[in-house]
Amino acid sequence: MTMTLLVARRLLHAFLLILAVLVLNFLLIHMAPGDPADVIAGEMGGATEEMLADIRKTYGLDKPVYVQLGVYLSRALQGDLGQSFFYNAPVLDLVVSRAGPTILLVATALLFAIFVGTFLGVLASHKPKGIVSGLVTLVSVIGYSAPIFWTGMMLVILFAWIYPIFPIANMYDITKSGGFFGRVVDILYHLVLPSLALGIVYLAQYARLTRASMLEILGSDYIRTARAKGVAEVKVYGHHALRNAVLPVVTIAGLQFGSIISGAVLVETVFSWPGLGTLAFDSILARDYPTILGILFFSSLLVIVANLITDFVYRLVDPRIRTGG
Amino acid sequence: MRKTGIIAAATAMLMTVGAASFTQADEPKSGGTLVLGTTQKARHLNPAVQSGIATAVPGTQIFATPLRFDENWEPQPYLAESWSISDDGKSITLKLRANAKFHDGKPITSEDVAFSLQTVKDNHPFKSMFAPVTGVDTPDPLTAVINFEKPHPAALLAMSSALLPIIPKHIYGDGQDAKSHPANNAPVGSGPFKFVEFKPGEYIILEKNPDYFIEGRPYLDKIIIKNYKDLTSLALAIDKGEINMYPFLAPTKDIARLKKNDGLVVTDKGYEAVGPMNWLAFNFNNQYLKDKRVRQAIAYAMDRDFIINALLGGQSKAATGPVVPGSPFYAAGVNKYDLDLDKANAMLDEAGFSRGDGDMRFKLTIDYIPGSAELQKNVAEYLKSQLKKVGIDVELRASPDFPTWAKRVGGHDFDMSMDIVFNWADPVIGVHRTYLCDNIKKGVIWSNTQSYCNEEVDKLLNEAGSELDQAKRIALYKKAQEIIVDDAPLAFINVLPYHTAYSKEIGNPPITIWGAMSPLDEVYIK
Repeated sequence: MTMTLLVARRLLHAFLLILAVLVLNFLLIHMAPGDPADVIAGEMGGATEEMLADIRKTYGLDKPVYVQLGVYLSRALQGDLGQSFFYNAPVLDLVVSRAGPTILLVATALLFAIFVGTFLGVLASHKPKGIVSGLVTLVSVIGYSAPIFWTGMMLVILFAWIYPIFPIANMYDITKSGGFFGRVVDILYHLVLPSLALGIVYLAQYARLTRASMLEILGSDYIRTARAKGVAEVKVYGHHALRNAVLPVVTIAGLQFGSIISGAVLVETVFSWPGLGTLAFDSILARDYPTILGILFFSSLLVIVANLITDFVYRLVDPRIRTGG
Repeated sequence: MRKTGIIAAATAMLMTVGAASFTQADEPKSGGTLVLGTTQKARHLNPAVQSGIATAVPGTQIFATPLRFDENWEPQPYLAESWSISDDGKSITLKLRANAKFHDGKPITSEDVAFSLQTVKDNHPFKSMFAPVTGVDTPDPLTAVINFEKPHPAALLAMSSALLPIIPKHIYGDGQDAKSHPANNAPVGSGPFKFVEFKPGEYIILEKNPDYFIEGRPYLDKIIIKNYKDLTSLALAIDKGEINMYPFLAPTKDIARLKKNDGLVVTDKGYEAVGPMNWLAFNFNNQYLKDKRVRQAIAYAMDRDFIINALLGGQSKAATGPVVPGSPFYAAGVNKYDLDLDKANAMLDEAGFSRGDGDMRFKLTIDYIPGSAELQKNVAEYLKSQLKKVGIDVELRASPDFPTWAKRVGGHDFDMSMDIVFNWADPVIGVHRTYLCDNIKKGVIWSNTQSYCNEEVDKLLNEAGSELDQAKRIALYKKAQEIIVDDAPLAFINVLPYHTAYSKEIGNPPITIWGAMSPLDEVYIK
């Protein structure tokens, strides 16, 4: 199969997947009890029958669901995600403005998990039956087992009440003025706890993974040869073993993109991080259909694109996959 | 002119124009930032098409209204330097200030008043505010004459706070729908503060309007309204000094805790107009609850003192009728339904519902608004145990979120439901809707969802709604309230324990009847 045909086929798959995601999301959200007009009326302190009818008409909620679905699909495929029922703004603007904070959070958490996790894994592999290794295993098991929102809440309690050194909410303090540099430092300061809460579960996985693959590699012939040649232990670990041991970590990290985004929803809600997660949470409570759909569409798109890229990169790197089709 | 409120401009300038009482002896000084914390997220900032606290607090800073009210329920000049009501009560003439300008420099004219009133009439959820308005005449740029089909005393309160913001016709008159107008997210008003930035769900920044029509005001340079995700983090924020004002503070444990903070003042003043009430509503379509004796028996089985003192830590006042205490229309002499289990049992026996299986007479459900456990769920749980004593088996029906609850209660799909409803200053605005026969509208939350109908009550309310003589009006409302309380379409429980916590550094805190939903042009940082 030629590369062009393959790309075309993959793109067609991706398109159909996006279409399925759109339809499924739309139907799911419309199956939830409650009416967006009621929420808007509730926010208003009540509304008359005519106003409710007017609200439904304004947002097209007076039409049958299949008509609403048709209108939504045709607009979405043209890049128009509609107008938010709750916030008086186009969904695309809302999603774009909230995507930055989410990407920052996810990227920081992922990098933190990869670097620290790998380091702990290497440390643990040095003396597999030693105390350090035991500790790393213990920490990994706890980190992996604890739900993200629980970890987040524990961090909030710890740093809000016991050691109030890190901010527990928002992305920056709007009341502080310190210019661009001051704002950047403030954001990093606010980023500490949310990225820790999100990163810790992945850190645990990467530590376990690195430890296992390091142990396997350290037992292989070429390492024994290196040691026999008198190569310094630091170089054996850093240069020879780690290079190979880190490959599965990178692979897994790429595939985990979707799950880390869903983790971000929880973390953002706990820490009032103004990203897509908090927007999703608020929109669900407000039955803001277009915004929820917009966020789901955007995050599905991210995952699908990430998978597509991974797929193509694999084919380029590994000739064995290329022929499989 | 039968009734005039003409106050000369000079007097107006000399008087403490509008609102807050000067309890502090210090001289107000300019400068500083007020950081106000809230969990309420604004959809947008235009109160002409949106009710609710979230829009009203910033909205009253950005937009000015014709009138404002002091803490004694007295109207004061604001954008209108004087006003007068015609002898037949069918028109109100407003004289506008000559120096008032919008934030973009354009002058405010009677055309803007006429346009704003029409916009509010067409789009605001409180239809009763301006329903009798037939039109607005604009004989000259500074005179607006509002005409009514019948006398409409509620119009004065409806021209204050966030209820009639004067919006610029040159911006909103472009033919776009006012409810979704792009200017709602970055509005141009004429109030003491100008719009700077709005990040939905995060914060709102407003800055001093240097061309404000009241000389020397406002004192503050800036107001930041910061959103918090929950009430606990908000209480923590004011405790730590992250913010310097927290209006609409309701959790009683937080009230008690913040009262102990030496750097803060916690007051319950400023909520008289809002009149927030907590009650248990009965559905008249239920086979048991349609019997007045059953409803009254339930009211007798409930110990209001226990709810207020034990469940709400003594931080709340009792509600005994449709109008909250503190309002001029409050009726003190109604039946209070003090706890009397024997009487309750006797009434249920008399109604013919004798005890059967498990010593129970019949079964009912109670719904409650989720997310406000202290006022709703806890009280509902207490009622369950209390009603068991009189042989009513109660099942609590939880709703996962507000829309689910609203769907059930609005759709008349409930037996009894806890509810929180506001008076909104004049009974015409926030009280009539719960009791009028023609407001039984399925699918509409905060209409007459009980399906209660008493023609005598309808007559009294309608009469009171267009009575210009305040004393007569109060008497009519008193009579209506006595009948309503006796009919017991609701069991009145308590006034929401709304408080404002503010830093001791704040001078002239907002304590008029509208509290933080009024222009904060007198507030200053000491």
